[in-house]
Amino acid sequence: MTAQLILEASGVGKRFGGFVALENIDLTVATGERLGLIGPNGSGKSTLVNCLSGTLHHDSGNIVFDGRPIDGVPAYQRTRLGLARSFQLPKPFRSLSLIDNLRIPLLYTVNARHGAHLAGAAIQERCRGLLADVGLADKALHLPRDLTQVEMRKLELARAVASAPRLLFADEAMAGLSPSEVEEILAVLFRLNEQGITIVLIEHIMRAVMSFSTRLVVLVAGQKIADGSPQEAIRNPEVERAYLGE
Amino acid sequence: MGSTKFWIVSFIVAVGFLVLTRWLIGNEYYFFAAYQVLQFIVLATAWNILGGYTGYTNFGTGAFFAVGAYTAVVLHKTTSLPLPVMMLAGGVMSGIVGFGMGYLTLRLKGVFFAIATLALAIVAQTLIVNWDFVGGSRGIYVIRPQYAPISGSYIQYLYSLMLALTWISVAIARSIERSTLGLGFNAIRDDEQAAEAAGVPTLRLKLISTTLSGALMGMSGAPLPYYVTYLDPASSFNLSYAVNSVAMPLIGGMTSWVGPVIGAILLGTIQQLATVTISSALNLLIVGVLLIVFVVIAPNGIVGLVQSRRRARRR
Repeated sequence: MTAQLILEASGVGKRFGGFVALENIDLTVATGERLGLIGPNGSGKSTLVNCLSGTLHHDSGNIVFDGRPIDGVPAYQRTRLGLARSFQLPKPFRSLSLIDNLRIPLLYTVNARHGAHLAGAAIQERCRGLLADVGLADKALHLPRDLTQVEMRKLELARAVASAPRLLFADEAMAGLSPSEVEEILAVLFRLNEQGITIVLIEHIMRAVMSFSTRLVVLVAGQKIADGSPQEAIRNPEVERAYLGE
Repeated sequence: MGSTKFWIVSFIVAVGFLVLTRWLIGNEYYFFAAYQVLQFIVLATAWNILGGYTGYTNFGTGAFFAVGAYTAVVLHKTTSLPLPVMMLAGGVMSGIVGFGMGYLTLRLKGVFFAIATLALAIVAQTLIVNWDFVGGSRGIYVIRPQYAPISGSYIQYLYSLMLALTWISVAIARSIERSTLGLGFNAIRDDEQAAEAAGVPTLRLKLISTTLSGALMGMSGAPLPYYVTYLDPASSFNLSYAVNSVAMPLIGGMTSWVGPVIGAILLGTIQQLATVTISSALNLLIVGVLLIVFVVIAPNGIVGLVQSRRRARRR
């Protein structure tokens, strides 16, 4: 691989008591890439995302983001460095309007970086822009409880993007959505990628993963069993066995 | 209204209120009663910074309040500092206790945090009960200075100080509410993981919240020895402080600085009236009944009720 690496994880392991959730995972993500991360339920996808984004602390291995080791760096600092995530179950700030939901990452990440201080009006404008990007502009002053499920997912993505990340983990952003809604979210993700954000898509909906990803990583029972082009990866006998049984 | 403007306007209101009351009211009792109500505004506002904005329920108000009061007792016995300095010292001590509590209970959430704060109150009370220098369980008499440093009686002086502290507390709460810090607090209240993922340093903000909330409670407790002139652990650590400082923001509304103020004025005044006309034994009963009524009919307090009415009308 000749492209520059934005994320390099080697030998990442995580246990919960006696249960090994992740074992010796090596994962690299190239700048600008669209990586799909798949695996059956309980295979460790979300745990991996949690370890990489700092929500959980990994027990072993090293994670390097943008040439800088980030083991032990708290989650909020990883976000400031440019590593953002969305949550599998949307976690909006329920008591705050949509626009305030986006103001928080802007104030706490973009403004916390050196030489990027935005004034109140600029922040307001950026929030409106972000909401418009995901088609929520007319609900800016609503509370999250007024949103539909698909709108909630869009808010979740918009909030992750508001921190102006370089790498985004989209953790099951489409689970439970209808096919047309999946298309909507995919369109948003493609647009973000065009804007230069590297995206790791964790997803169950194979159609979406296959059309989105330029590379596929497959996790089964806490181990990486395939890593390569999507067509190659799903034809891998081990992957077939994991998904379809023997 | 910007924060600076609010500080100025509220200062003018407070001074105006002070002049007006001192000019119009002759009866000492009213100052005695108003002191209580103001003290509850400070406690409720301080509680709300942690409980309302940040979402951590503190049942240890009595401990922070008493730490302030006993700091004043120690200073009274060892120095001859003026009362405003003692209030600052009480605030610093309670702020330290708040910081320590925040640090020790960082991993606790919800009901577990609430229980830990209750435990803190009991630990602090046990320490004071066994500390002879400040009177132990017998309590201690504190002789007021004969003259107040400003014109008027000593109770009027205490009232003026508490009014000043009320102004400061409310203005601080209002400033936080509209600030980046306040948004960060709200993010923690709504979802701590999401807050962290949005770049909010949750650990640091929680410590700021516990420290600030504790410090304001301590400052409001410092004049207590001079107010009651006899201080004992059973009354200074009284559970009614914790119950009231939870009930007042709940009844007034926890999302805005106005809520605790309204709640404290309402509950504080009712309790004063009940004490005079019926019996002080009724106070907690009144708080309890009102709390149940509000939880059922207006779970977001008076402010919440007004806000949802307004929102409904706009649509």
